[in-house]
Amino acid sequence: MSSLVLNTATGLGLAGLYFLLASGLSLIFGLMSVLNLAHGAFFAVGGYSAWIVMDRLDGVPLGLRFVIAVAVAALSGAVVGVVVERGLIKKLYGLHVEQILLTIGLGTAMVALLGGWFSYDPRLMNQPAWFGQTTSFLGANIPNNRLLVLVVAVVALVVLLSFLKRTRHGLVIRAGVENPGMVRALGVDVDRSFTIVFAIGGMLAGMGGALATVYFNGISPGLGTTQLIFAFIVVVIGGLGSVSGTAIAAILVALTQVYVNQYVGTGLGSISVVVLLAAVLLIRPQGLLGRQVL
Amino acid sequence: MRGESLQVSDLDVWRGEAHILHGVDFDIAPGRVTALLGRNGVGKTTTLLAVMGLLRAEGSIRFGETELIGMPTHLVARRGIAYVPEDREVFTMLTVAENLRLAERPGGDHRYDLVYELFPDLAIRKEQTAGTLSGGQQQMLAIGRALLDETSLLLVDEPTKGLAPIVIDDVVAALQTASGDTTVLLVEQNLAVARRLASEAIVLDEGAVVYAGDLETLASDAALTGRYLGVEVR
Amino acid sequence: MRRLALGLTLVVLGCAPFLGFGIPFVFSSEVSSPGSLQVLAIALVYAGFAISYDIIFGFTGLLSFGHALPIALGAYGTNLFMIHLGVAYPFAVVLSLVATVAISTILGAIALRTTGVAFAMVTLAFAEAFAILILSDPLRIFGGEEGLPLVSSLVPDFFRGVVNTRNLYWFSLVFLALTYVVARRVVNSRAGRVWEAIRENEARVHMVGLEPFRFKLASFVIASALASLGGSIYILLVRGANTSIASATFTLALLVMVVLGGPGRLWGAALGGFVYAILNLRLSAVSTSDMIARLPDWIEGPVSEPLFVLGVLFVLMMLFAPGGIASITDRIRLRRQRSS
Repeated sequence: MSSLVLNTATGLGLAGLYFLLASGLSLIFGLMSVLNLAHGAFFAVGGYSAWIVMDRLDGVPLGLRFVIAVAVAALSGAVVGVVVERGLIKKLYGLHVEQILLTIGLGTAMVALLGGWFSYDPRLMNQPAWFGQTTSFLGANIPNNRLLVLVVAVVALVVLLSFLKRTRHGLVIRAGVENPGMVRALGVDVDRSFTIVFAIGGMLAGMGGALATVYFNGISPGLGTTQLIFAFIVVVIGGLGSVSGTAIAAILVALTQVYVNQYVGTGLGSISVVVLLAAVLLIRPQGLLGRQVL
Repeated sequence: MRGESLQVSDLDVWRGEAHILHGVDFDIAPGRVTALLGRNGVGKTTTLLAVMGLLRAEGSIRFGETELIGMPTHLVARRGIAYVPEDREVFTMLTVAENLRLAERPGGDHRYDLVYELFPDLAIRKEQTAGTLSGGQQQMLAIGRALLDETSLLLVDEPTKGLAPIVIDDVVAALQTASGDTTVLLVEQNLAVARRLASEAIVLDEGAVVYAGDLETLASDAALTGRYLGVEVR
Repeated sequence: MRRLALGLTLVVLGCAPFLGFGIPFVFSSEVSSPGSLQVLAIALVYAGFAISYDIIFGFTGLLSFGHALPIALGAYGTNLFMIHLGVAYPFAVVLSLVATVAISTILGAIALRTTGVAFAMVTLAFAEAFAILILSDPLRIFGGEEGLPLVSSLVPDFFRGVVNTRNLYWFSLVFLALTYVVARRVVNSRAGRVWEAIRENEARVHMVGLEPFRFKLASFVIASALASLGGSIYILLVRGANTSIASATFTLALLVMVVLGGPGRLWGAALGGFVYAILNLRLSAVSTSDMIARLPDWIEGPVSEPLFVLGVLFVLMMLFAPGGIASITDRIRLRRQRSS
């Protein structure tokens, strides 16, 4: 029983990471039809930003330092997102395959850049002691870093949903994900929302990177890229442009992965996730809560 | 806002690779309701899409003093043009109120009272998700969006398609009340509905204009209506 | 004209093991040295990989993100058959080819139920699943991170040992030539015409009364077969199977190779694959040269990473020359035609 609780907690923590990475992707993909394969690099940028803060900001207590680190990671992710959208993606407006290829090149270059600056060896991050400890819950000792990721992801989910529901920008994005042509026909410039969505996506990915550094006990340049594939699977299963769908799918995918790896055999978790993806694409191609078909 | 004139000259429009309109010419009288008629597939919807800048077009579409061809869709709309598309295209994931909110134009007077008065069904469903509305209610929402702020040109595509007769009456009444001084270009397969709303008519056949003039004159000519509209007029 | 150019290229490449001079920056020693020949051989095999991917992407228009899978299946398959069944290399190659074709047919049939980006996602997922399977190695047969070593005793004599690098080199050249010939044949056939029609407008193919699915699957499987053969040769060159050819980076690199050279021409893809391999293998060597070492750390770091240079090159290419190297030669040819 306690191992079930532990595995569930691990799975939920992983779901939190997937959500942070996938929600931005889902909005970008849903609104702009851009498959941002550089998103994993945004993740890594966030991770390294957080690492630098934890490493250099002496004199500040570790707990507070981590809060700052996450904020810096979020900010750097957002900035990178805006620069990429404005400087590169915009230039290939409407050319979807070219945009995908550009993001591939960009992602490769960014990861290699980080590798060149920080080397490819995983870097351990200075962490508050509490992260490495466990909390007892239902008879299991749950690592606190799993709880941390889960809490941050839930907060991000709530904030994101509020933003989408309560602000005018959020309204435009929600409508644009469903029917950008009609939004334009109402006199609204959907393209402005593209930059906002990339900023949000970058910000969430950056935060995800900071937390992944805690969750995986280290940051390496390729960390985002390996997680990116699972993030895409989450996006497809959840439905393009749906944040709630992404949240549900993240839980589904992460728990499947963890349970299968633990109870069936290591390495088979990813195969079962792939089977899940194939099943969804064949049976319900718009995903759980999406409106568009890929 | 006084309705403005719409002058179309030598208009060619493509839907993908298909060349739908071939050098079409017509003028829409300002402040009046003009019906755009013709058989299925002849290019009526295509014309409206071209005005909105949603299709590739060549030639000239002058709205008052402004040339619309080449202008991005959202700027066309901001010039004072409202569009009610053929499939309504309400945002199904948003509520009725949110759908209307999105239609607010900068500097407009947001006539929510007018819209809710015209469509009491919407007034009691403000927080309902648009996807759960009936066909008729979605149509009212689509029209309500277009009427929220005063515009100089209203493009309406088959507003009564697939609706029950009672609902059609409501829609017609709403359009009659709200058009006022606005120029209206109405695509309508239902000739009876067109006659209740419009005074002028333009008929398309095989990608070109074959009649432009008074609607009643056209409607009372059985030969013309039979040939161009494929309908029997009673 | 093209045949002449290709024939000449083949001859020149064939002479490589006799060229006693070096090419600065590109090779660390003269072209005929075993080290340089190995680099060239790998580049030739990459060119073959790229040709096989061109069939799927360049000609049929299928955006597959999973082409590393048949390559990895060919490599690991051949290696595994040698280790566990003790069969000689040629048999192992054939066995793994059969296995790859079977697996590709099944996976392709599933993946091709989707199109466009969904197809890209499914193929990527399949390739990644295999990559993770190899790494985590639950059955303890794939060798995990270290990969599998080559069973030298089962490899024909004339491929063994450093002294026979030139034989391996010629073998790779033969593979590339054969791959090109087969691809060219297949692409010029009636099926090839249908592939290009599918790429342009799949709806129209339906209207003519043809079933695109069958043709897409054929394209997929043929490309996988060629890729598998390339994988089998690859293990000879690097002395075993390793995880890098199963990775997401590599599967995306195949796309980069084809787009770099110019899709839909076969020779463009080959050129892209060749250039990519040379850049990837030699860029790190260039970076340790004095010229680069003198640059400040924060520039030197990234510039010495081949993937950084390639990535930036690729981004610039997508912005300014999306048709790849081939489109640049097109433009040059057009300009020359206009001025004459």
